[in-house]
Order: sequence, then C-alpha cells, then structure tokens
Amino acid sequence: MAVMNGARALVEALEKRGVKVIFCIPGGAVLDICEALANSSIRTILTRHEQCAAHAADGYARASGKVGVCMATSGPGATNLVTGIATAYMDSSPIIALTGQVPRKLIGRDAFQEADIIGITCPITKHNFQVERASDIPLIIEKAFQIALSCRPGPVLVDIPKDVQSELAYVEAGRDPEYAFRQPNHAPHPLQVKRAVELLAAAERPMIIAGGGVIASNASEELLAVAELLMAPVATTLMGKGAIPENHPLATGLLGMHGTVASNKLIQEADVVLAVGTRFSDRTTGKVDEFCPDAKIIHIDIDAAEIGKNVEADVPIVADAKKALQEIYKLLQAKIVKKERSALMAKIKEFKEQLEGKANCESELKPPRLMVEIRKLLPEDAIITTEVGQNQMWAAIYLKVYKPRTFITSGGLGTMGFGFPASLGAKVACPDVPVVDIAGDGSFIMTERDLATSVEENIPVTVVVLNNSVLGMVAQWQRLFYNRRYFAVNLGKVPDFVKLAEAYGAQGFRVQTLEEFSSAFKKAIESEVTTVIDVPISPEENVLPMVPPGKSLKWMMWE
Amino acid sequence: MESKSNAVQQEYIVSAIVEHRPGVLFRVSNLFRRRGFNIQSISVGPTEKKELARITITVGGDEKLVEQIVKQLRKLVEVVKVSILNPKNTVVRELALVKVTAPDYKAKTDIVNYAEIFKGRVVDVSRKSLTVEVTGDPDKIDAFINIVKPYGIKEVARTGITALPRGESQTV
Repeated sequence: MAVMNGARALVEALEKRGVKVIFCIPGGAVLDICEALANSSIRTILTRHEQCAAHAADGYARASGKVGVCMATSGPGATNLVTGIATAYMDSSPIIALTGQVPRKLIGRDAFQEADIIGITCPITKHNFQVERASDIPLIIEKAFQIALSCRPGPVLVDIPKDVQSELAYVEAGRDPEYAFRQPNHAPHPLQVKRAVELLAAAERPMIIAGGGVIASNASEELLAVAELLMAPVATTLMGKGAIPENHPLATGLLGMHGTVASNKLIQEADVVLAVGTRFSDRTTGKVDEFCPDAKIIHIDIDAAEIGKNVEADVPIVADAKKALQEIYKLLQAKIVKKERSALMAKIKEFKEQLEGKANCESELKPPRLMVEIRKLLPEDAIITTEVGQNQMWAAIYLKVYKPRTFITSGGLGTMGFGFPASLGAKVACPDVPVVDIAGDGSFIMTERDLATSVEENIPVTVVVLNNSVLGMVAQWQRLFYNRRYFAVNLGKVPDFVKLAEAYGAQGFRVQTLEEFSSAFKKAIESEVTTVIDVPISPEENVLPMVPPGKSLKWMMWE
Repeated sequence: MESKSNAVQQEYIVSAIVEHRPGVLFRVSNLFRRRGFNIQSISVGPTEKKELARITITVGGDEKLVEQIVKQLRKLVEVVKVSILNPKNTVVRELALVKVTAPDYKAKTDIVNYAEIFKGRVVDVSRKSLTVEVTGDPDKIDAFINIVKPYGIKEVARTGITALPRGESQTV
C-alpha cells in the first residue's frame, strides 16, 4: 500500500501496462496528470490539435498492435478527440483516450470547459469510464486495457475529474488488479469448422476475402496456408490490405467499389467464399443482394454481431481468425491434396498484368505510376499511411503491400486528415522504418499543422501530396454522376506546399517529372527529415476501376 | 437496420440483466437509438442481487432484427446477460393506474364493478374521479381502459411490461 494522488496512480498504472508514449495537448483539467507524467518514464508528445493526438495514438496502435494512448483536457480538448476516437472505433483500433473533467462538485453545472464526454462518446467507444475516486484508478486502467485489446479491439475513454487527480488515495503497489474482462471462448465451434471444411473441399471456385480481422489477429500465415492448400484467390478489403503479400500469385488485390478486376470478377464467379474478419461493408460488397450470387458463404468473425448483419452466412464461425484458420487448415489438409488450378492462376496473372500495364504505360506523373514508383523505392517493411479520397484509392489499388500493419488508412469512417498524424504515430512505434503518408491536398490541409509536432519532436515522415487543387473524389463523383456540375470542390492554388513545409522547418520539394519525384523521394527517405513532396496532378483524373454506388460489383467502370 | 418486408413482424420481449449503476440505462437505450431499433416499452428495476438490474424491453420486428439487437446488447460491457423471452413460456405483467371521470354515484358504482371484474383495485377517490390500479398482460389492461373509456379518462400511467420465464431458470 502506498499513498499517492490519483494522477500518480494513473501514471503508474500506465507504466505497469508498458505505455511508452502519450500523444496529448494539456489544459487546466489535466495539470496534475502532467505533473505526474513529468516524473515518469513515459514520453509525452505534444501535438498541435487534439484530433492529431487521437489519430497519432491510432497510427501507433495499428503499426504496433499495442494500445495507443492520447490525452486531452476537459471540454473542447475532449470534444476535439471525438473524430479520432470514432475513426479508431470504426476500424477496430485499440486506443485509450484520457480526458480531464471539471471537479466532481461542478459536474452537471455547465462549469467552464465542461462537456459530457461520456455521453458524447458512448456510441463511438467500446466502453468509457468516469472515475469517481482516486483509489479506483488502477482497476479502471487495467479494465480499459483489457477492453481495448480483447475480442474485437477498439477505443476506450477514461474521464478523470480534476479533483480526483489530486485526491490522495491508498493504492496497492506491485499487485495486479484482480479483474478479468469476461472473455468469451475464442475457439471456433468444431461443427461449424467441419461444415466449412466440407464446403471448401468440394468447392470448384473457392475464394477468400481477407478483412482487417486477419491483421488484428495476426493470422496472415494461417490465411496463406489455407489459401495455398486450396489454391484459392485472396481478395482483401481496404482494412485487410497487407493480410497477404500482394506480390503473391494468389493475391488479387482490393475488393469492392474500387476493387481490381481480378477481385471483383472472381468473387462474382465463386462457388464458396471464405470471408475472414470482415464486416461486409457496403464499400466491399456493392449492391448486397447481388453480391457473389452463386456462392455459399463461410463467415469467420470474432464479433458475433457481424455475422448475418449485412450478408447472410451459410456457415457462421464466431471465433478468433487465427484459431479458426488453424482448425480449418488442420481438417482440410487431412481431406484434400493441394489443388492445381493452372487455368485460374493464368487468369489472375493476366488480370494483374493488365492492371500493372495500365499503371506503367501512363505518362509520367499520373498517380498509378507514382504508386508503383513509391513501392520500388521503399523497403518491404516501410509503412504507408493514406488520407481519404482519391489518394487513398490509388494507393489501395496500385501500391502493393507485402506485410501486415504496413498499410494504415481510415477505412470505415473515411476521415480526411487521418493519414498524416497517423504516420507520426506509426513512426514513433516503428522508428527504424520509413513512414510515408500518401495525401491529397484537400486532406493534408486538414491536419498539416502537425508538421510542427513532426519537426519539434523529431518524428521524420514523408508526405506525398497528390495535388490537384480540388477535392478529388467529390469532383470525380460530380463528374461521373452529377453531369460535371462541380460545386464547392475547387481548392485553388494555395497553399504553396513547399513554402508551407519550410515554414514549419521541414523540407519541401515540388516535382514535375517522374525522375524529379524519384530523386526527391529518395532524398526524403535517406535524410530522415520531415519532407513534403508536392506533386501537381490533373484535376480531371478519375480513380478506376470503379463500381458506381449502389450497383453490383459486376458493373465495373474501367475507362 | 432494415428488415426484409417479407419477414414475419411480431412483438418480442428482450430481457437484459445489467450492472445496477448510473448510466447503464443510457447505454442500452442509446444503442437502440443508434441502431434504429424502435423500443415499444421499457421497464427497469432491481433484481434479487443488489448489484444487478433487469431491463425488460418490447420491440417490434422480425427475427433477424431481434437477433441483431441481442448481439449488439451483449457487446456492452455492463450487460451481463440477454435473452429473448418466448411469450408462450413467460409470465408477462404490466401495471396501469387509470384515472376515470366519475361525477356521480352511478358512474362510481359501474367503474368499481368493472375494476372488480378485471381484478383491479380502486386506489384513490375524489369527488369527480376514481383511480384504478390494474395489473396483467397488456391486452387485459387495454381491455379495461376500453371499457371505462365512455366515462372519460383523465390520465393513464402504464409501467411497460416486465417479464420472467416460467420454470426454474435464474438471473445469472
């Protein structure tokens, strides 16, 4: 037993859980915590907006698989975290958000900088806590970590009134709080596994959809083993990108609205679909009634509520993806010999060559070509983050990813401004690999202020701005579906991104040709200095292929 | 969540055992709002264990919708147990207080008689009104309200249903 204040108890609980870094902006309601952090081993990174703190914690979590922690003061500090928390929630990313709150006796009286952050974040957190007593802190922090990491991961918010931070309490030191989150059985049901194996063994055109759950459960190896045994093509959702090395002959790339021809065509022809760790988002399925019409669907997900939510499963398996795939592999291996599907392999190869051909034959500074070039210049384990919109889809389609946790993007919420702060978090988690944010000018402007954080905290990343002076994806929809009636999308020629970078003490390059780009990009990666590369592109570019919204995946626009 | 039009629509009773603490009802009802599930009635009260409360919710919808509701509820950290109660095998009760206009002796006598038939009780009387307490399943309460309607209903308070499965099942 030791006597300490709530803030000290909080910091010790975080240290005990192995927290190395907190992204934050302090304020009146977290000053006691700041004082405790100042005397701790935890690195505190001051961001320039709370939204960036939340995204950075999210990027840290996705790159490392560990919990990312961010902190903000009460009121506006807390509400500024909201977009970041919602982003993490939609993409099942484990972050813990610590917020200050007004003193207990002022709660509910509309005190200065008071916001009901518990009420506000209820629908976008797995759970949230308002701490009532300093002595509760160790247990609550332990619960928060367990909730954030267990089952389907996600964000947890802990709201701590100012007077709880300064309140003295007896805290048991050196003993783990006796708490275990109700852990459901993550093992797959043997009967469902058996049914799945029977379907897969008999399948003529099996296909695998790998979602973010494969990455969350570190199941890439198991996935590949099953895919190779069946010789089944593997399409990935946006969140699943990286679940299988995209240079593998069975990898068909992105599925869905901006899916590759290989993925979208083969899935519609499949007779058995093994969907792992995906929630069948509308962006993945297209018109859901016409999604793989002839296929039996085996759906593995750790969240029972995802099964049957959007797509009916013929074989539901509520389980951890890794365990389920291990069991399936075990039975399947005993049942079949490795399949030969040379015709299929040739078809996939042809589709992929078509796509690569398109990227390569394009004149120099078109985005698909740039994506291929960026990949060539980066090591395999480099981390790519993206903003949201055209930049994100070009990266998703054309930039091949070889390892899990090396492609970080806001898939569910589609948060513009996510990629840059997330790249900072990823770089903090993995300081030894290059981290690149693929950005559009519209997205980057939303969080560019954190160039200050990048420079001041020495977190060097490279931002490639695909600069078309327009909100590209919105313009694309207006061009294709609204008769070219462009409205509220023109961003003009400002800012000058080179000068902007320099204003923050980062380096900036503007490039006009592919050669110039390559040399600037190499310089950026080698220099380990925060760099913004401004790449002017045409505002008329469309991201293709594309399936129009609400249409079946068979209606692909390609030209 | 959209229900397919050809699916069978009916009323379901969802019974949730939750941790008995501030904010839990908010989380549960907020989940219903967020997912577009429509609550028809809700009642909350303590159980035999002081740390647990029971929330009884009736919702209209098809089987798929109710299954989704149950799965989403189970994900809430403070929800301990959720079940769908089968009406055939469940004791369902609601309590209503019905204040009826009764200006004269004749009206008062009539209403007292009806209350007796429905095994209700008169719990308050004033010069021009009677308040009757009726308990039972919601249909019975509807029937009582209908029969006294011609006298003029001043106010009605209904608790919403609460329910328990028959037999030997227990809270957790």
